[in-house]
Amino acid sequence: MVKQNPKIEISDLKVRYDDVHAINGISFDILENEIFGIIGPAQSGKTTLLKVINRTIDFSPEARVTGRVKVDGKDVMRVGNVYALRRKIGMVSPLPVGLPLSIYDNVAFAPRMAGIRERSQLDELVEKCLHQAALWDEVKDRLHSLGTKLSGGQQQRLTIARALSHEPEILCLDEFSIAIDPVTTMKIEDVLKQLRSKMTVILVTNLVQQARRLADRTAFMMNGELVEVGSNDVIFSDNPANRKTYEYVNGIFG
Amino acid sequence: MSSVESKSNPKGSGVRRFAESAGIRRKFRQEAMVKWLLAGATGMMLVPLILIIAYLVFKALPILSVGFLLDNPVKGMREGGVWAPFVGTMYLIVISLAIAAPIGVLAAVYLNEYAREGWFTRIINLAVINLAGVPSIVHALFGLGAFVLFAGLGRSVLAASLTLAIMTLPVIIASTKEALASVPMSFRQACWNVGATRWQTIRHIVLPNSISGILTGIILQVSRAAGETAPIMFTGAVFFKKVQQGDMFPYGLLDQCMALSMHLFTISTQVPGVPMELPYGTAVVLLATVLLVNICSIVLRVYLRSRKKW
Ligand SMILES: Nc1ncnc2c1ncn2[C@@H]1O[C@H](COP(=O)(O)OP(=O)(O)O)[C@@H](O)[C@H]1O
Ligand SMILES: [Mg+2]
Repeated sequence: MVKQNPKIEISDLKVRYDDVHAINGISFDILENEIFGIIGPAQSGKTTLLKVINRTIDFSPEARVTGRVKVDGKDVMRVGNVYALRRKIGMVSPLPVGLPLSIYDNVAFAPRMAGIRERSQLDELVEKCLHQAALWDEVKDRLHSLGTKLSGGQQQRLTIARALSHEPEILCLDEFSIAIDPVTTMKIEDVLKQLRSKMTVILVTNLVQQARRLADRTAFMMNGELVEVGSNDVIFSDNPANRKTYEYVNGIFG
Repeated sequence: MSSVESKSNPKGSGVRRFAESAGIRRKFRQEAMVKWLLAGATGMMLVPLILIIAYLVFKALPILSVGFLLDNPVKGMREGGVWAPFVGTMYLIVISLAIAAPIGVLAAVYLNEYAREGWFTRIINLAVINLAGVPSIVHALFGLGAFVLFAGLGRSVLAASLTLAIMTLPVIIASTKEALASVPMSFRQACWNVGATRWQTIRHIVLPNSISGILTGIILQVSRAAGETAPIMFTGAVFFKKVQQGDMFPYGLLDQCMALSMHLFTISTQVPGVPMELPYGTAVVLLATVLLVNICSIVLRVYLRSRKKW
């Protein structure tokens, strides 16, 4: 593999909600165009990390962030235009969210908010994103029916299409499979394989095997600490650097 | 349930099944009783409502006609119709809501969508709740002091409308906040995640999906604005004012006006020798106005609900 540049640099990041310490000083880089897995038990600060990366941590006013997260070399806590930062990052949350709009409008929402009005441009974008999210064939005949009426698995793919609609350079998925069926999960995993090397993917997952299947490198977080980060060959081998990693990956605890 | 139990546990099934089915029977009986109790309470609520309407309409029947609505009171309010007070009430409703609704909705949007949880918002929320419970006579005195005397508006349509607006504002804020809060947080987060601003999120997702609740809250205040006598008595409503027959806009903002609630009070207690059907007719007009508005709100709500999108 060629030497890649860091896309996201995290150094000594600490996040505290009032008196809950969610992240206690973690440092690692996420490289351009890799699939980066993050595993770890619940409450270990994975979602919080994603919120810092796209600055939606701003909506939790009780959160205090110290340390540095850089995206493309720029400190996210200091960027001038947070909306541009958020458009650079696609975010898929654990539970599917179809906005109460038509399927078409769900996908066209972000481009419209960014000021794109031209119909043909939107049409093209919607079709492209629904294709990318492996949903086009199922919804192409009813683009103007409600997104909220789709099944859970379809809504999760709609969420992914929406996350891709602002043409992000980074795609973050937060435990995307906890509320959907295995078939859809496999479909989305195929989507991620297609996106590999087109964009940087951060795959937070509660399924250790999912990170093993898809990621190039994986970080293991626990209780707001980084236990270990490394290439999958090491993390999922019989002797990763930290004993806890071996135990978690092999289901001995967690 | 009991059949599963008896299959998996054939030995002790006789005793246990008996105990269980007795329990189940009791539950069914309870369920039926509760249902009848609730239905009964609903019925009890309907009975007085129907009786009130029937009684009023029956008493007012001899006088009810289109003319009664369109004619002015004459002969010391002992004859004629209710046009002047009816239009006055319309003025008060429209102007007070035109003031209270936009301010109330904007304030509620601020409180629910922008304001951070803190001592400031907590005080405002407390104030809103308490103001909503202040008796209308207190609002009346405030209106007298603030608008009639201090602001120098005198007793006028405007002063009375402002007083009514102050009275309805906290309730509009509270009901609008509730409507906004009923829109799931996940919708907002999804919008923020794709780079939408707070305002874009409110404008395109939150407001369209809470508009039915917001309108319902506002429209319910129409009946309060129409029905209250105290707040307008000190601030702008008069016993009698002569207006042109059939004049659609008889009052200026700084004029005094008549109002249905006040008129009803006057002719039933202050003027001797008024024929009995006159106050009843006035009451029917007042009630019909309020009912009409409420029915409109129900129709609107049903229509907007049918377009509900999640
Ligand atoms: N908005 C919040 N307010 C207070 N505490 C929070 C908030 N969000 C998360 N936390 C706390 O931060 C810790 C990390 O949570 P989270 O980042 O959601 O972990 P994970 O995604 O790994 O399950 C948990 O202890 C959680 O309770
Ligand atoms: Mg999480």
